[in-house]
Amino acid sequence: MKTVLIIGAGPAGLAAAAAAREGGARVVLLDSAEDVGGQYWRHLPATRPARNESLLHHGWSTFRSLRERLEGDELCEIVTWAHVWAIEDRNIHVLVGEPDGTNRDARVYNAAAVVMATGAYDRTLPIPGWELPGVFTAGGAQALAKGERIAVGHRVVVGGAGPFLLPVAESLVVAGSTVVGVYEASHARRLLGTWTTRPWELARTASKVTEMLGYVSNHVRHRIPYVTGRAVTAIQGADRVESVTVSAIDRSWAPIAGTQKTIDVDAVCLGHGFTPRLELPIAAGCRVNARRFIEVDEDQRTSVAGVFAAGEITGIGGVDLALAEGAIAGHVAAGGAASDMQMRQHRVRRRRFRQFAARIESAHGIGENWSKWLTDETIICRCEEVSFGRLNSVAEASQATGLRSLKLLTRAGLGICQGRVCGRSVEELLGAHVPGGRLIDGVSSDRRPIATPIRLGELAQELDNPAHLERTNTK
Amino acid sequence: MKGSVIIVGAGIIGAACARTLSRRGLDVTIVDAGASAGATSSSGEGNLLVSDKGPGAELELAQHSLRLWRTLAPTLESEIGRDFPSVEFERKGGIVAALDAQQSQALDLFADAQRRAGVDAQRLSADEARYLEPELSPAISSGVYYPEDAQVQPTIAAEAFLASARAAGTRVLVNTVVTGPLIDADGKLAGVVTSSGNLAADDVVVAAGPWAGEVAQVLGGTLSVGPRKGFLLVTSRMPRRIFHKVYDADYVGAVGSDNHDLQTSTVIESTASGTVLIGSSRQNVGFDSGLDVAALRKIAAKAVRLMPFLLETSVIRAYCGFRPFARDHVPVIGPDPAVPGLWYAAGHEGAGIGLAPATAEMLASLMLGESPAVAAAPFAPGRAPLADSLARTT
Repeated sequence: MKTVLIIGAGPAGLAAAAAAREGGARVVLLDSAEDVGGQYWRHLPATRPARNESLLHHGWSTFRSLRERLEGDELCEIVTWAHVWAIEDRNIHVLVGEPDGTNRDARVYNAAAVVMATGAYDRTLPIPGWELPGVFTAGGAQALAKGERIAVGHRVVVGGAGPFLLPVAESLVVAGSTVVGVYEASHARRLLGTWTTRPWELARTASKVTEMLGYVSNHVRHRIPYVTGRAVTAIQGADRVESVTVSAIDRSWAPIAGTQKTIDVDAVCLGHGFTPRLELPIAAGCRVNARRFIEVDEDQRTSVAGVFAAGEITGIGGVDLALAEGAIAGHVAAGGAASDMQMRQHRVRRRRFRQFAARIESAHGIGENWSKWLTDETIICRCEEVSFGRLNSVAEASQATGLRSLKLLTRAGLGICQGRVCGRSVEELLGAHVPGGRLIDGVSSDRRPIATPIRLGELAQELDNPAHLERTNTK
Repeated sequence: MKGSVIIVGAGIIGAACARTLSRRGLDVTIVDAGASAGATSSSGEGNLLVSDKGPGAELELAQHSLRLWRTLAPTLESEIGRDFPSVEFERKGGIVAALDAQQSQALDLFADAQRRAGVDAQRLSADEARYLEPELSPAISSGVYYPEDAQVQPTIAAEAFLASARAAGTRVLVNTVVTGPLIDADGKLAGVVTSSGNLAADDVVVAAGPWAGEVAQVLGGTLSVGPRKGFLLVTSRMPRRIFHKVYDADYVGAVGSDNHDLQTSTVIESTASGTVLIGSSRQNVGFDSGLDVAALRKIAAKAVRLMPFLLETSVIRAYCGFRPFARDHVPVIGPDPAVPGLWYAAGHEGAGIGLAPATAEMLASLMLGESPAVAAAPFAPGRAPLADSLARTT
C-alpha cells in the first residue's frame, strides 16, 4: 500500500489526508502543534474543551468532520508535536515531542509521496515602536484569543491590510477587548473597485462573501470603526504600549504629512498580509516561482517528483482554496489525477478561489513606500536589535550587494527567529541600496536548512538504533 | 613601472590583494561572478591560526600573516570609517584538548615540533586546561595552549578589505562572469572577456577560491584547486561560557588528509554576537551543497564529547561552504608557469582568512619584482608536488 506523508495539518493538510485515504493510500499526517487544525482552526486543547468553539471558527463543522474521519481511521497516523527539522533528499527528519521537552523522539520518514501543506506566517511590517510589549501580530493575537481565550488588551487597535483584520478584530471582541478601531491601509476606492468588478465571479464564492459579511455585521454590532486609507505609523510607550499614531497614507502607503492622530491603547495588533512558510519545500528542492510561492501544476505537483504542495505555500488564498488544493494534492499523491471525476468540484472551487485570492492581493498588497514611516531608530530585526539607520549606513559604507554578506555585516535576520519576522522587509530595505532595486546574490531569507532549532544533544544522538528509525514504506 | 590588474574573485583573498595592489599604485579592477564575500568567505569561522600547522612553509606564512593582522585590524577600521562594522579581531588564543593517552602523546610531539619552529605552544595538564576552559570535559587527558591563535568575523573582514581597496581606487564589478581570456595581437594574455564586456589589463590574478581551478582553465592556465565541502553549526545566543578557540586533537590529522570520505574534527568557539560556532566537516564531493545530516550528527557528537554542556544548546543554523583546496594542501601564490600575465592567489583551504594579508603582500612583491618577506618558492604554481598530484589525478 502506498504511503502519503503530509506535513501540516491545517485545512490543506487535513483535506489532503482525507483525499489520500479516499484514494486508498495509507497516510502519515505530521503537525508541529499540539493538535490538528492549523492556524485557521486553532482551538482550546482537548483537555479543556469549549462549548462555543463554533462561534469563533468559520467552517467549524468542516473541521470537525475532517478530524473525526481521520482520527477514527487506523490507516491514518496523526503525529502531533512533530517538528520537521531537516529534509535531506527524500529523508524527512522529525523530532516528536513538546518543543521544550527533553525526550523528543527522533524519526526519519521516507515516503513515496509527500504533500507539503506548511501554511503561512502573518507578516508584520516594521513600525517605530513595534518592539514594545503590547504589540502583537494579528495572527498571534487571534491565536491567543482562539487557543487560550486570552485578550491581548483592554483597548486595542488593529492595523494593517487585508480581510484577515476583520476576523482578528472579531475574536478580540469575543475574548473581551474593546477594539478602538480597525485601520485598513488600502483605500476605499481600491477596495470598492476590487469587490465590484466582475461580480459574477464573486457570486460563486458565496461562502467567502458570507464569511466576510458576517465579520462586517459583527463590526456594526460591536460598533468597531473600520477606517480605510489609514495605517498605524508609530507606537509609543515607556515600558509597554501606551498609544499609537495613525496616519492617512497615499496609495503607495507613504504617510501624508499633517494627518497624524494619536490614540490611547494598551495593545496593538498588526497584520500586513502573509508570508508562506517555504523552508521545508525549499529544503526538499521544490522550485519557487517569481511571486515567491511554490510552483505547482494542475495536479498540485511541485518540480520535485513525488512532492506536492497545497494551501498558502502556493499562493495566499484562504481556507476554501486550501481545502480544494489539499484535496487534489492528496488525491493525486495517492495515485489519482486532478482530472478524475470526483475531483471536479475541487477543481471548480480551486479556480474560483484563486480568482478571489487575486482580488485580495490586488486590493490589499503592500504599497511600495511603506518604509517612509520608518525613522533611523526604528528596529527592523528585533532578535538582533538592528535599526533602520544601521541597515542603511552599513549598506552605504560597504556597498555590498548580496544578502548573505549584508546579513553578516548587519546581523539582521541572524537571530533566533532566523528572519521569519523581518526577512522579507530586510531584503526589501537593503535592496533599495542596490542599482536595480534588488540584491544580486539570489539568496533568499526563506532558505533555512535547519528548519527549526534542534538541541545539540538531539543532533548528536546516534540513529542506528532501529527503535528510533521509523521509515514509512517506499513504493 | 605601475600597471593595471584584474582580480577575479571578491572574497577575502581577492579583496586583500586588491587593497594591497591598489595602495601600491596599480590600477585594479576586481570582478566576481556573484556578490562580494558571498561564498567561502562568508561560510567559515574566521580562523587566524598557527595551532593547526606543523613546521613548514605554510606555518611561516601563517606566522607572518598573524603579525600583519595585529596591526592591520585597527588600520583597516580607520581606513573604512566608523559606519563600518568591526572586523571583531580578537587574540583569544586556542586550546587543543586530547581525549586519551595516545592523543596526548601525539599532540605533545606535534607541539614540540611547532615550538622548535617558533610557535608559542604551552603544554597543559588536564586540570590546567579546564582552569582556562571550565566547560571542557573532565575526560580530557591533556592539552596545549596556543596564545597566538586569533579570530576575525570573516565576512566583515572580507568586506573591510574590499571597502579599503575601493577607497584606494579599486573598481568593483559584481555579477560579472569571466568567460575567457582577452588575447592581444601578439597572442599574449591582455585581460579577460566577461559577461559584461571585455576588460583589458596588464595582468590577471585568479583569486576565485574553490572555483580558481575552473577560472584558470577558462583563461588558458593550469591550476589544481577545487572544492572541499564543510558544514558549520551555529547555536542561539548565550552568555559567554567559552573563552578560547577549543579544538580536539583530531584537527591536526584531518587538514592534511587525502581521504575523500566524511571527516570531522572539532572546533568550538564563542563569537562577539554571543552565538557559538561548532565545526567542522570535510568532504570531497564537488560542488554539491546538499544538506548532509550524517555530517551534522558527527560534528555534534564530537562537540558534546569535548564540551558536555553543549548537549542542551540549540542549533539554529548550519552553514555549508566549500574550502578551496590544492592537492598538496599548500596555497598557490605566484605566476602561472606557462601563461605570462596570469597569476594565482588561491588554494588556502580552511586558512584563507588568516593567510589573506600575507598572501596579498607576497603577491604584490612578486608582481612588483621585489623580494617577498616569506620565501615564495614553496607556494609557486609550478612547484613539483602540485604538478605531480595533478598528473596523478588527471
